[in-house]
Amino acid sequence: MAQLLPLAEAVAEVVRDGDTVAFEGFTHLIPFAAGHEVIRQRRRDLTLVRMTPDVIYDQLIGAGCARKLVFSWGGNPGVGSLHRFRDAVQHGWPAPLDLEEHSHAGMANRYVAAASGLPFAVLRGYVGTDLPAQTPNIAPITCPFTGEVLTAVPALNLDAAVIHAQRADRDGNVQLWGITGVQKEAVLAAKRSLVTVEEVVEVLEPKPGAVVLPTWAVGYVAHVPGGAHPSYAHGYSVRDNAYYQRWDAISRDRETFTAWLDALTGVRT
Amino acid sequence: MNYTSDEMMTVAAARALRDGAVCFVGIGLPSTAANLARRTHAPSLVLVYESGTIGAKPTSLPLSIGDGILADTADAVVSVPEVFNYWLQPGRIDVGFLSAAQLDRFGNINTTVIGADYRNPSVRLPGAGGAPEIAASCGEVIVVVRQSRRAFVDRVDFVTSLGYGRGRGDRERLGLRRGGPSRIITDLGVLQPEPETCEFVLTHLHPGVTVEQALASTGWALRVSPDLARTAPPTAEELSVLRALEATKGAA
Repeated sequence: MAQLLPLAEAVAEVVRDGDTVAFEGFTHLIPFAAGHEVIRQRRRDLTLVRMTPDVIYDQLIGAGCARKLVFSWGGNPGVGSLHRFRDAVQHGWPAPLDLEEHSHAGMANRYVAAASGLPFAVLRGYVGTDLPAQTPNIAPITCPFTGEVLTAVPALNLDAAVIHAQRADRDGNVQLWGITGVQKEAVLAAKRSLVTVEEVVEVLEPKPGAVVLPTWAVGYVAHVPGGAHPSYAHGYSVRDNAYYQRWDAISRDRETFTAWLDALTGVRT
Repeated sequence: MNYTSDEMMTVAAARALRDGAVCFVGIGLPSTAANLARRTHAPSLVLVYESGTIGAKPTSLPLSIGDGILADTADAVVSVPEVFNYWLQPGRIDVGFLSAAQLDRFGNINTTVIGADYRNPSVRLPGAGGAPEIAASCGEVIVVVRQSRRAFVDRVDFVTSLGYGRGRGDRERLGLRRGGPSRIITDLGVLQPEPETCEFVLTHLHPGVTVEQALASTGWALRVSPDLARTAPPTAEELSVLRALEATKGAA
């Protein structure tokens, strides 16, 4: 049974120093508020996992929470580059960042394998690219039935997964809809999980196309209205595109970023 | 009617999409071009976005791959594993649209790093996203990119997405069953692969552009097709639909 807790307590339970943790959400339902709480709690040495490390991971990386990034596309969607990510990779600021780089198809299949309790996934992928030479976690495998050579990637087993959803009931059953990305797979791939929700309701009305995570498959639920901002929650909010554009300027140099970080963590300067 | 070179590039990309095709769309110019095609000559074009929205019919231009308007107007919204495994991988997508930070004469694409040392790059780029499997599994790939010596290089620093490798036959040798890049559409013209070699040669110049300009904007010894043609300028309808579309960007 999922436990309903305030955000700070739930984050403290779920995300620990040194964890391999995914904050998922494909443009939609990105758990920003939980990520900000991780920054406030000064978690360190995290291996951050995410298909599309965008602004939330730029913030976590810039804040010094990450040791390693496992990803397939790192950018500010519709805007440009992630300056804190680039600064970490190119100059080791605020700390060096190890990279493990995949394609979207590879990452998605790694989540599926972990959610399925399999050691690896098979796909037609990466062929002819330079990625396998840089990422040891990509290997050829021969089909035992046809002899065809395919690509294997290992299960992405997580210590913790954090997602945002539209709603949960008081028992901790979770419902999300719209673009559902890989959130279900991420939660099922993780030992511990936290779902922040827009709303806690008495009864979850069935919704066509919705993903439901039963309470016994979820660790913690926290009621955080607007917890996906500047991302959005379909039916509750719209994407704050201006924030993503502003982030480009804030993140561009270390000083403006540090001022942003101090404001987030309540440091007075 | 006056128009910019980016508008010409977008219109040329839209024209490359035939009605009824199933198109895997990335954000930015490909999305604009696909939506322009759907509003002009290709009303039955099927738009698939990697966020899992299949058959999206956005009424405004999305700013991100996962805007709500895509889910609201899609025939189906599926998970990300599903869009790659069930829809892209088996070859259900006719056309993929890609861009590039660097590309070479065989249409190999780099969106990963600039510089020879992956671990210590001079510029860290966003990375692969869906591109390697789009390049492998779509019936054909259209590359849309502004033409410059910086982007059109003799050898890409990193192969993120495979074109024709080192030439004809490489895709088959690697076991790839489909396609490859069919054209590179730029702000100056169009490049297409020569059938015998799979090397990209200049086949079209946009209005007002000279061969010299195209050669000067290419970092390899670009060859010119003997059948070099002129792109027809954007029609008044194409331009007005495109501009109306641009005005809706992110409106949802």
